[in-house]
Formats: sequence, structure tokens, C-alpha cells
Amino acid sequence: MSVTEEHVVEDLDAAVRGLHDSGAVLRLSQTEAEAREGYQEPSDEAAGERMVMNMGPQHPSTHGVLRLVLELEGEKVVRSKPVIGYLHTGMEKTGEDLTYAQGCTNTTRMDYAAPLFNELVFSQTTEKLLGIEVPERAQWIRMLMCEMNRISSHMLFMATNGMDLGAVSMMLYGWREREEVLRFFELVTGLRMNHNYIRPGGVAADLPPGWRDDVLRTIEPLPERIDEFDALLTGQPIWRDRLQGVGVIGTAEALALGATGPILRSTGYAWDLRRDMPYLRYDEVEFDVCVGSYGDCFDRYAVRLQEIVESIRIVRQILDKMPKGDYRIQDKKVTPPPRARIDESMEALIHHFKIFTEGFKVPEGEAYTAVESPRGELGCYIVSDGSSVPYRMHIRGPSFVNLQTLPHLMQDSLIADTVAIISSVDPIMGEVDR
Amino acid sequence: MDAQATTAAPDPDGQAPVPAELQPVLGDVPTTVSIDQLVGHPSREQLVDVVRRARDAGYWQCTDLTAVDQVANANRAPLPEGVEPERFEVVVHLMNFEQHRRLRLRVQVPETDPTCPSLVDLHPGAEAMEREVYDMFGITFGSHPDMTRILMPDDWDGHPLRKDYAMGKIPVQFKETPADQEHRSGKGAR
Repeated sequence: MSVTEEHVVEDLDAAVRGLHDSGAVLRLSQTEAEAREGYQEPSDEAAGERMVMNMGPQHPSTHGVLRLVLELEGEKVVRSKPVIGYLHTGMEKTGEDLTYAQGCTNTTRMDYAAPLFNELVFSQTTEKLLGIEVPERAQWIRMLMCEMNRISSHMLFMATNGMDLGAVSMMLYGWREREEVLRFFELVTGLRMNHNYIRPGGVAADLPPGWRDDVLRTIEPLPERIDEFDALLTGQPIWRDRLQGVGVIGTAEALALGATGPILRSTGYAWDLRRDMPYLRYDEVEFDVCVGSYGDCFDRYAVRLQEIVESIRIVRQILDKMPKGDYRIQDKKVTPPPRARIDESMEALIHHFKIFTEGFKVPEGEAYTAVESPRGELGCYIVSDGSSVPYRMHIRGPSFVNLQTLPHLMQDSLIADTVAIISSVDPIMGEVDR
Repeated sequence: MDAQATTAAPDPDGQAPVPAELQPVLGDVPTTVSIDQLVGHPSREQLVDVVRRARDAGYWQCTDLTAVDQVANANRAPLPEGVEPERFEVVVHLMNFEQHRRLRLRVQVPETDPTCPSLVDLHPGAEAMEREVYDMFGITFGSHPDMTRILMPDDWDGHPLRKDYAMGKIPVQFKETPADQEHRSGKGAR
């Protein structure tokens, strides 16, 4: 489905006005509201029925520690406001204290369901500042790992989405498939999560022997399982009733609110950084950008389900195309010497020591790069002052921005539907709060 | 490969070539190029108009909005002529979905008057990001409807991402616990 330029621009203006006028976001306390000019006392009838209620931060369906303040009229949500920050640990501040070589250990902990994307975006920005291009094999290894990560992340979504809506068996299946992918990550990186595998200059280690079989063993059962998910959920009338027509958003509204990823694609607008602003070697593999047509919770579910299929397709192509060569750049500025050299050469030992204590210096400047994470555009903006520590490291977390769609998706919906809507936005609170 | 040599050299004139679609948008706003990325340096007064014109020219989304505290930056890149360096910089990334291009805007915000016009009227999606900048840097955004802290607790003092805000550190004592001592002396049955 294509959207012409005029169509969107025209809509965009109306959408922005609409979003401002709708008053979906609960912004003011009663005292603040009364202090404002033009405040009208709500009529007794409406005031008596309106109630402000907290949902979360400790609520099983809020995916961690998201708190929602809901203004209710009976069962209906009039206005709402997401309250965040419960998981804030100042990771951007921490990032100003860690060298570029250490930076990935910090960023990988942001979106813990898709850690490899965080490492990738930090590494890419650092490499852009350094002006280096990582070797071909490293590019393809990064792509393989990221697509596997997309599968595991979307599987986690399938699990939690099912659980939120009462399809508890789906929770078990989703976690099971995710576990299989994590097992592969453990083989390659040594860890199930927070890998610190993708680093500035390449990746930490080459793929282990027999990795092809491991990948195939992981992805081969998936198409059949996805058919099962289809049978279990997609065609099931209860599932459709809970999701179809719930939490609808249009293309222009999504763009205006900064939404990217499956939320934007579910509205029918085909935008995927992998295709539209290719990084790594995504221009050398074939895949489709999955879009929905109504922008409701069901479309967001269906888009993610299809993206798993597309990721499997990309992984299969990577298996065929994986080139031989170095897995990290042979630039002495960035890359520590091989382990064996340290035992025989004093210079290598000093070099190794310097890279891991002092770090490598990055020329002054600023750079922004972005990748398509499972949740949308994941960006990283780094300002360097020429030292080995970023002067400023900012991560544009897609969950943080996407969360702003919640009040608009929820307006005039029922409390029961809010659970479906939060789930379909798929926020990862570690990334929201950073 | 020498990493130092491959970074983009600063433009000698300070003015970068601006693509046709952006010329009416940026007008007389000074520009630079930072590693393949066109950067506009509007003043605070120009910002909203530039963003409005950019939106009409296809930059539909305000993808990212953040700030930088430049007070401790010893190697700050020179700004184009006519742009006075200030302590804070608000950095806006706009996205063109038709041309698949980004535009970066850097706005200088002085320490004595840390305010900046809000983009919320044009891009409702800038709301959370502006609140984050307020929370972390103490820059207030003019017509923002809800200028409150977003990540830190409401009663928090100071703005953590400012460079003069010290990092809290908890001293770690490398002392053996009684259990370790017991283990070492061979008393423990572990």
C-alpha cells in the first residue's frame, strides 16, 4: 500500500491538530487545572462518574514497571498518562564514564530483549566517528546475530501478548522458541543476554565451529511452530475479538507521535530502515517489509508474526552468503592483538593493556546512526571530544518514543482493552527509562 | 588504515552545499557538514519556523531531540560564522521519509537563560523527549504543555546530565567477610 506525499502532509497537519485537540493525555493535576485560565468546573454528573486510577507500576500486564494514570468514566478510559522512570539508572551518564571499548557493556543492558541491536548501534556510531569500515565477514555475522535476535524478541512479544490476553499456552510456546535462540547466542557469545559481542571494530569472536548446524537446528522447526501459532491465535475468534479494531492509529498520527517500527508499519506505511536506509549488508539480501492495513492491535500482532518469517528468510540467505575473512578490523588503533601474540611480544602486551585500560581515542566530532530494532528506530548520537570516552552518548530508544502513542490508542477504550494495547506497543522498560 | 585521516575535514567556508529541497527550508541559516550529515544551526528564534518549513518539505517526523552540555568540551568543533557558541546545545533530528534523508539542527542555548521554543505544536512526538531534556539538562521548552520531570523523581535536585553534576559513587570495601576468613583458616567445611 503506497501513501503519496500530498496525502500524508495534508493528513499530518490535521493529525497534529487532532492529537492536540483530543486531549487524550492526562497532563494536569486538579489544582493545576483549576489555576489555568478558562477552566470549567465539570458538571456534577460527569464529575461524579469520573475517577482517576493508577495501573501499575506493579501490575503483571505492564511489562515491568510502567505506571499508567487512567481517568475513567465507568469502564471507559477518557484520558491517560504513562508515568515512567522507575527503572532509570542514568545509563547515558554512565556512558560518559566508560571508554568506547567498554561502551557496549552499558548499552546492551538498555533493551534487554534485543541487546545485540543496542551493541550494534553504539558500535556503528563509534565506527562512523573513527571513519572505519568493518570487514565483510563481521558485517554478515552482525546481520546473522541481529536477525536471530529479532526472532527471539518477537517470540517474547508473542509470549507476553498471549499471556496478557489469557492465551497462557502461547506464553509457554513463545518462551520455548526464544530459549532455543538464546541457546544459540550462548554458543556464540558465551551469554544468553547482554552479550557485549558486537564491538567497535567488528565482533568479539568468530562464529564457533559447526555454527551452521546450530543455526539450522534453531530455525528449522520454526515455520511449523509459526503455523501452530497461526492455528492457535490468528484464526481464533476470541483472539480476533479481543484485538481487531482495538487501539487504532493512523499513519499520520503515528508519524506525528514519532512512532516507528511495527506500530508505524501496522498502519500500512511501509517504512523499514533495513530496506529504506540500508546498513550492514541488508541491500544484498531479499526480504519483504510487512505492513498492516488498519493500525489496530491485531495488525501489530500480525506484522510481528510475519517479521519472524521474514527474519528466517534473511537468516537462510546469510547462511549461503557468509564470506570468509576477518571477524574484526585489523586496525591496531582499535583492535587488541591476538591472544597468542601477548605471550611472545612485550609490545603486544603493552598494546593489549593500553586498549583495555586507556581505550582508543576517537577523533572529535558528532555522529548519529540508527538501526531497525524489533521495536523501531534505535538511534545513537555520540559527541566526541577526541578522548577515549564519549563526551555525550545519547540513545534514542524506540520504546521511549512509542510509549507516547498509548494515551491516543487508549482513548475511549475499555479498561480490559488497555491491557491488549500496552501489550501491542511492546515497550521494554529498560530502554524506556535507560 | 589510519582512522584519524578519514574523518570529514571541516568545510573551509563554513557553509555546506544544501540540497535543493532544503534551500527554502533553511533560508539564511548557517550550515555545516558533520561526517556526511548536513547540520543546520538555527537560532532559537528561527527554530520553530525552520522545523515548520522542513515538515512541509517532507521532514515529517521529529525522530530525536536531545541536548549536549558543552561546558567541559575542550575540543569543541568550531561553529559556522555568525553562530555564537553557548553552553547548551539542543540537537534535533528530523527524518525525510520520501528522500530517505535526515536533517540535524543544533540550537545554541545560553546558560543564563536555558529556554528553547517547544516543537510540540508541530511534532506531538517531541513531548517526551523535551521533558527528558528538561529533566536531564534543566532546559525549559516554551509552549510545552507539561514541563515536568519524566525520568527522575519529582523532588530531585539538579539535572544529572549537566557536566557539573557529579557522578555519585559508593566506595567499595575490599574486605574479607567473616565467612571468607573462616574458609581460609580451614574451619569452614566448604
